[in-house]
Amino acid sequence: MSEQTMDAAVIERGPQADQADRPTKQAEQEAGRGRRVFDGTLNVFSHAFLVVWGLLTALPLLWVVLSSFKDDAEILGDPWGLPSALRFDNFARAWTHGHIGQYFVNTGIVLVGSLTLTMLLGATAAYALARYKFVGSRLVYFVFVGGMMFPVVLAFVPLFKIVGGVGLRDTLPGLMLIYTAYSLPFTVFFLTAFFRTLPDAVAEAAYIDGCGPFRTFFRVMLPMAKPGLISVGIFNFLGHWNQYLLPVVLITSDEKQVLAQGLANLAISEGYRGDYSRLFAGLTLAMLPVLVVYAVFQRQVQSGLTAGQMK
Amino acid sequence: MRHGKYPLLAAFLLPPLALYGYFVVSPYAQSFLIAMTNWQGLSPAYEFVGFDNFKRIMGDEYVWNALLNNLWLLVLLPLLTIALGLFLATMLNVGGRGGRSTVTGVRGSALYKVIYFAPQMLSVSIVGVLWAEVYNPRSGLLNSALRAVGLDGLAKVWLGDPAYAFWAVLAVMVWANVGFYVVLFGAAMQSVPRDIYEAAALDGASRLTTLVRITVPLLWDTIQVAWVYLAILALDGFALIHVMTRGGPNFSTDVVGLRLYTEAFGDYKWGYASAIGVVMFFVTLSVTVLSLRLTRRERIEHS
Repeated sequence: MSEQTMDAAVIERGPQADQADRPTKQAEQEAGRGRRVFDGTLNVFSHAFLVVWGLLTALPLLWVVLSSFKDDAEILGDPWGLPSALRFDNFARAWTHGHIGQYFVNTGIVLVGSLTLTMLLGATAAYALARYKFVGSRLVYFVFVGGMMFPVVLAFVPLFKIVGGVGLRDTLPGLMLIYTAYSLPFTVFFLTAFFRTLPDAVAEAAYIDGCGPFRTFFRVMLPMAKPGLISVGIFNFLGHWNQYLLPVVLITSDEKQVLAQGLANLAISEGYRGDYSRLFAGLTLAMLPVLVVYAVFQRQVQSGLTAGQMK
Repeated sequence: MRHGKYPLLAAFLLPPLALYGYFVVSPYAQSFLIAMTNWQGLSPAYEFVGFDNFKRIMGDEYVWNALLNNLWLLVLLPLLTIALGLFLATMLNVGGRGGRSTVTGVRGSALYKVIYFAPQMLSVSIVGVLWAEVYNPRSGLLNSALRAVGLDGLAKVWLGDPAYAFWAVLAVMVWANVGFYVVLFGAAMQSVPRDIYEAAALDGASRLTTLVRITVPLLWDTIQVAWVYLAILALDGFALIHVMTRGGPNFSTDVVGLRLYTEAFGDYKWGYASAIGVVMFFVTLSVTVLSLRLTRRERIEHS
């Protein structure tokens, strides 16, 4: 089929594009192939650039994983070489002596608490703000959302003092509460917008059927808000998992550190000790869980995060 | 009027408000007060000194140096990230000119997106440690690659040389963020009617013309959001730099957030550190407002 006629066909279908989309898809792809040959040189260039950026992104990650199997001599002497053997003891050393295991556990504990609290408090506050009118409701909303305008470092000094004042400095429960508190502005902002889009009729129907306000929320509205909850949940999970600023200020003792913080400290101490293979193994251990989760759920993660940004 | 409104409001709003008020609103508010004192964290005694801290900041070359670095980041990070993001997204989504079913703009575009986006998943601390190793002058990926292709002269002590450290850190920031904007811009491009691109192609518009004259105006809303977000990121930069260089060498990568941290927890000058934070707040606020103003344009509706 000649390219010209295909182009015409594609352009003609313009207004009915939506209905006609499926049947013409294959034809379109055929046309695409024709075009691709047509300006092949440019495509080679563009494709080459895509590959280059792909390599720039993937190579450092791959390099870290490969290096984690090497011994120090190989890491220092032959950075581009493959490991001569699969040295799994590097990981064992990172896990125990490098305290990566402890950091994992700490991060896990904090995350279970902080995510549960953030979602619970964020969803309830957002629901109250989105579905009920009361004196000062706009003010409360703006107080929550306004928190997004402040740089977190501005709070460092008073926060250090306040958290110490209630005995929560250098404790994991302290981190849970602080993570939750600092996640509320975005969570409330996002979920308020989401709850506003849910139809009133359903809540009314639940009310007429004798459902109290609390039951309406937990049994009817919350399940309906699931897509929004998942988006903001992924966003918060990554935010808390990767949090660095707050633990740097609030956690001082070594055995209480979370992964992001512990890893950075491991890198510094490794500079003195010269145990590079342990550092690379620790880096790999810290990196792989999120990358595996991402590889499995990449579509949801991508759309969840970008949707969060655009709201 | 609904029945039972107030019990629900109380139960749903008071706990989050209490937590938020105590740990977020109150510290932010207090920092404005502490900024007016000469409080040295270690002693409980302090007195109000009015705007003295701010006067000192005006003459503090370290703060100015840090602020200047932030401003450089503010210009360069959005510019490079958005340009690269737009370019890559264009290639992926409408780059294979024939590929009108947008998902397959270029063969394997889904795979590219997965790879580009991956750094977004890594914590700032992992990215920092990873790149500190890549930049390692002796055993790092970068220098050994340069040596392998015979460019020994280009191998530098990337993070140890004031001439290169800033650029090395900037490159990492771009590296870590581009993927997100490729996906974001890609999603926005999907909503642009394909006829527009086809019409441009028929009229003989080159790819560059298409990108500048069609894609950028149609995606302006998204680009504006990206700009503001990257600007805020550029004004922070604390975490990555804290991991990679701690502001060194010779303060060449120092940023305002790190300055505050050093004054507060290195020298325990809490009053002065808070004043730096207040300055940072106003800089961030004005940059956000300004960039929203400057990038405002007529919204182009297409459905």
